Amino acid sequence: MEPHYQHLYEILANAQGYIFPNEIDLQWGILIVVYPFITGLVAGAFILASLERVFKVKILKPTYQIALLTALSFLLVATMPLISHLSQPQRAYEIMITPHSSSAMAIFGFVYLWYLMVVLLLEIWFDYRHSMVVWSNKKKGVMKWVYKILTLGVSDISPRTVKWDRKLGYIITVIGIPSAFILHGYVGFIFGSIKANPWWSTPLMPIIFLFSAMVSGISLVMLVYMVISHIRKKVIDVNVLDAIGKYLFFVLILDFTLEGLDQIQRIYEAEESFEIIKLLVSGKLYLTLFVSQGLIGTIIPLITLAFLQFYKHQIKVRKTMYFIVSILVLIGVYSMRWNVVIGGQLFSKSFAGFTSFKVGLIGLDGTLMAAFWLILPIGILAFLLWLLPPWKMVEEEE
Amino acid sequence: MSQSTSAMGNEKIKSSRRKFLKSAATLAGATIGYSWLKSSQVLLFAAEPKDESLPWYGIVIDIEKCIGCGSCAKACKKENDVPIEPFFFRTWIEQYTVKNDGSVNIVSPNGGIDGFEQTVPDEDIFKSFFVPKMCNHCSKSPCIQVCPVGATYDSPEGVVLIDEKYCIGCRYCVQACPYGCRFIHPVKKVANKCTLCYHRLKKNLAPACMEVCPTGARMYGNLRDKESELVKFLKEHTTQVLRPNLNTGAKLYYNALSSEVR
Repeated sequence: MEPHYQHLYEILANAQGYIFPNEIDLQWGILIVVYPFITGLVAGAFILASLERVFKVKILKPTYQIALLTALSFLLVATMPLISHLSQPQRAYEIMITPHSSSAMAIFGFVYLWYLMVVLLLEIWFDYRHSMVVWSNKKKGVMKWVYKILTLGVSDISPRTVKWDRKLGYIITVIGIPSAFILHGYVGFIFGSIKANPWWSTPLMPIIFLFSAMVSGISLVMLVYMVISHIRKKVIDVNVLDAIGKYLFFVLILDFTLEGLDQIQRIYEAEESFEIIKLLVSGKLYLTLFVSQGLIGTIIPLITLAFLQFYKHQIKVRKTMYFIVSILVLIGVYSMRWNVVIGGQLFSKSFAGFTSFKVGLIGLDGTLMAAFWLILPIGILAFLLWLLPPWKMVEEEE
Repeated sequence: MSQSTSAMGNEKIKSSRRKFLKSAATLAGATIGYSWLKSSQVLLFAAEPKDESLPWYGIVIDIEKCIGCGSCAKACKKENDVPIEPFFFRTWIEQYTVKNDGSVNIVSPNGGIDGFEQTVPDEDIFKSFFVPKMCNHCSKSPCIQVCPVGATYDSPEGVVLIDEKYCIGCRYCVQACPYGCRFIHPVKKVANKCTLCYHRLKKNLAPACMEVCPTGARMYGNLRDKESELVKFLKEHTTQVLRPNLNTGAKLYYNALSSEVR
């Protein structure tokens, strides 16, 4: 017997209650958990960067370029888990060439390209152009040419042109904020618009996705800032952490409120799917929802961040707390993605039973592959930070 | 004289320019308005019968007639090259047993192909019945709506079909179907589902499941033809579609559908 069928027979033997016979196998596995997690990090990191720029939060300056490069690193990988989960990946381009206008998924390619090409790349280019021109003049050999190519031949660094760079960059940031909202709100809509699935189908889904995206992106930038400073043997500015921490605190409160509202609404309305969802959250999702997402990823960080709003002594303690909080929040948001994507497929649409899911280690849809797509952006980020070090940029007077 | 002529000429030009601008503005407005309406249709999704000369198919399943023999599911697998493993079905039969305590036992071992055995003791049974399931060939199909490339579509006769050479295997349609009627074909690696035996319909043959049904529990017919057996049946019986709250425009009507069925 084929190993795939063997695996299905095992799941069938463990099914609880009644599930439709076509529902034994989960359609979307761990890669589709990773996908909204990654796009969330992109949107969140970008929104944090925009805060600095549009709302002129000076204190966040050291994290500005880091946030942009983090967003870019993850965005470059965002499509990979999607494409590799397709059964016909060689046809993926069809989604761009012949998009089906009524499909939420069909818009992905365009939203993605808009965000990558128009928003992120352009903004980073305007930001770095001046520095790249200077670097290409200073460097020798290959790197001279690399920077020269990256400037796209625009080597004018007169104050007037540089001022224009800044102006255009600003405009793109302003366009970028709603774009980031669209990018991730849209990912939420992919799930929220499936009326067949009561666990997904809620108009709050895009908003919940958006706020959890901001929470995860802000945490990631905080974490990356700390790690980079540590590697560069620079002092981590606790005031920067305090500022990011404050945003994280407020967004986390909003996120928690929205998700709580969603659940309260479900419980109070108690529609036909209520019984099966109650069994789902108290059974198969108990650990990932209440412990991992709720306690570890939300409650503990919330209490800690609240405490840090008042506690201003012992810089070392505060830094350690921020470090731990950022990791916990990332675990929490990853669990949230898991609970949505996997949780939504564990119960039958007959509302009468459950299938089960065991993620394999190897294979295109396995844990190792998912881990690879999560680690690869970190490698890309390291490369980008080496190529475009924010700390070596040409200082510009405001 | 010449002056006045030229003045009149100017007047003419001015008024014709005004007219032109007016009609251009109307045209532009209409175009924008139309495209806006058109784009709002992107959100409002429904298939409509277009070609009057073609049938618009509907299906009736009479639960009172089904004996749970499983011939339909078996014939379907044979006819349509569906893998024999018990995870892939274009049609299957469910056995519902409502117990005296109000609890409901639902089973469908191997989709009912091998028949059923009642495991609930007779004295505990309030009622029991079989429900054959298949694609509802919805006119507002959630599966068609979500397909990112348009690989799944409505035939002019209202049959929901899949272009196997075009499907990218994203599985969004499987998620979107509220009835669990779709699966990914393990060999072809694309979405698969009931086609109402479209290849047979085109030759005026009944779908395989209906051909073999010993009790005539399943029928299909032209919903547009008010004289058809199907429409007559719908007129004489109280029928219901599955999950009517989801407004999928299902064209599979059940006779004697009990409220336990989903």
